[in-house]
Amino acid sequence: MTAATEYLNVEAIRADFPALTRTVRNGNQLVYLDSGATSQKPVQVLDAERSFYEWHNGAAHRGTHLLGEEATDAYEGAREKVAAFIGAQPGEVVFTKNTTEAINLVAYAMSNATVTGAFPGSERFRVLPGDEILITEMEHHANLVPWQQLCERTGATLRWLGVTAEGRLDLDHLDDMITGRTRIVAVTHQSNVTGTVPPVADIARAAHEKGALVIADAAQSVPHQPVDVAALGVDFLAFSSHKMLGPYGIGVLFGRAELLEAMPPFLTGGSMIEVVRMEGSTFLPPPQRFEPGVPAVAEAAGLAAAVDYLTGLGMGNVAAHEESLTAHALDTLREINGVRILGPDSTKDRGGAVSFEVQGVHPHDVGQVLDELGIAVRTGHHCAWPLHRALGVQASTRATFYVYNTHAEVDALADGIRYAQRFFGARQ
Amino acid sequence: MQLESMYQEIILDHYRNPHHKGLREPFDAEVHHVNPVCGDEVTLRVTLKDVDGEPVVKDLSYDSLGCSISQASASVMSDLVIGRPVGEAMRISQVFLDLMKSRGADVPDEDVLEDAVAFAGVSKYPARIKCALLAWMAWKDATSQAMDRQGEVRR
Repeated sequence: MTAATEYLNVEAIRADFPALTRTVRNGNQLVYLDSGATSQKPVQVLDAERSFYEWHNGAAHRGTHLLGEEATDAYEGAREKVAAFIGAQPGEVVFTKNTTEAINLVAYAMSNATVTGAFPGSERFRVLPGDEILITEMEHHANLVPWQQLCERTGATLRWLGVTAEGRLDLDHLDDMITGRTRIVAVTHQSNVTGTVPPVADIARAAHEKGALVIADAAQSVPHQPVDVAALGVDFLAFSSHKMLGPYGIGVLFGRAELLEAMPPFLTGGSMIEVVRMEGSTFLPPPQRFEPGVPAVAEAAGLAAAVDYLTGLGMGNVAAHEESLTAHALDTLREINGVRILGPDSTKDRGGAVSFEVQGVHPHDVGQVLDELGIAVRTGHHCAWPLHRALGVQASTRATFYVYNTHAEVDALADGIRYAQRFFGARQ
Repeated sequence: MQLESMYQEIILDHYRNPHHKGLREPFDAEVHHVNPVCGDEVTLRVTLKDVDGEPVVKDLSYDSLGCSISQASASVMSDLVIGRPVGEAMRISQVFLDLMKSRGADVPDEDVLEDAVAFAGVSKYPARIKCALLAWMAWKDATSQAMDRQGEVRR
């Protein structure tokens, strides 16, 4: 089940991933089509994290001993690598736990600015009653619920762009939806359900014309396509290590330097303070202002190795490889009677998440049959419940592709779907 | 293949032809339960009647969207519960819950569970246990609400 495409040497890549050699149910070889949920890890990432703990473990940014210095170098070195990966300055990269925490960081900074106004220039983050927050119906809950909660805390109004039947963002009324009262526009850079890549740069331009900030959920884009924050024009961007071959427990918030400079902190404590007295404390400049507690250095070392691995493959090649798999998946699944693919029917502005319905067979049952065949997919609403309602679907089955997947694995998925249809006596 | 051990013929029958499905009136209590992991949902109504001072399930009606396990379980449950005294039905639900938690170890009692023994295979797949229990949890909730209301009326 291995192949080399013209973009990536998948056979060589798969040799780096121990998990892919597993047999799962019924002695079947694992066919892992759930990288959208979490990616498998190459030995290079595992070795980097292990090696850090074995040889360089100390607490970063603290103390004066050699191990602490090595740990600090590892952490700040990871920050520089991640910054270069997305075209940002190191000071614009804040390490968080994951994408969800990164988005919450911005949402809470905004309500904190509203309550205290402790920072000069933090007025621009205030959210007052009657202000507006604009999101979309396409969002993952991580880029939806924090904004609902921000509105609850501040009395602002939540508004949202809809989704077309084709699974694209409805941008017909974009200029009306962004008003003089819009404080921030939150939009996905790549849907985890339909793979849709909205025109974030255009949305950012429209938002800035009216004085609104822009944050992009890049959890599904940074791992899968070249991303340059300057080209996108976004003010904030969030993504997770574990979806891009890196370890769990570390994610990134990119924020433009002048914005982070003026932003109040979210979580406070040690590491982010300048001076602490019983009567009150002052805080460090960014990015440290937003990194309380002892940093997750081993995880940062793992993420740095993941960035190296992806840079070595070339993100243009990664995107082209996935486009080839996605096109094959769309072609193959389209042939199956009774299968309805959600989202755009072409690979134009559409990444490697293929979600589908099988008439007469619930996603849980499809997933169960595929699991018996060794194929791992996701079933349910994929943390995008409003998107499913907007597409008129209760739940779906989702396959996602990454650097280690092959065309033969896509064929196995199609065969598995047909088997599920036969097993449940569904119309074919 | 293990599939047949979970998807017994009884389950597939109930899935294709669910018993007692549809929402009916009158009813004493209605609940709406959801499995947030997958989006399966059930709306369930319960009507009780008094027989010699004991509450009996007169009717159970439901509407639901979900996988074959959750749909079949609702159907099987309705057969087991309608016409039974509440106390007896609650005991059956506990036996079923124990079976689901058994990880395939328990031998199910057909006298108590009737068609529900077919779900024994589900207990080997932890991800599907909530599917089998969704309707039962909804019924217990609706019934306890209905009983509370009856208690209020009597007071």
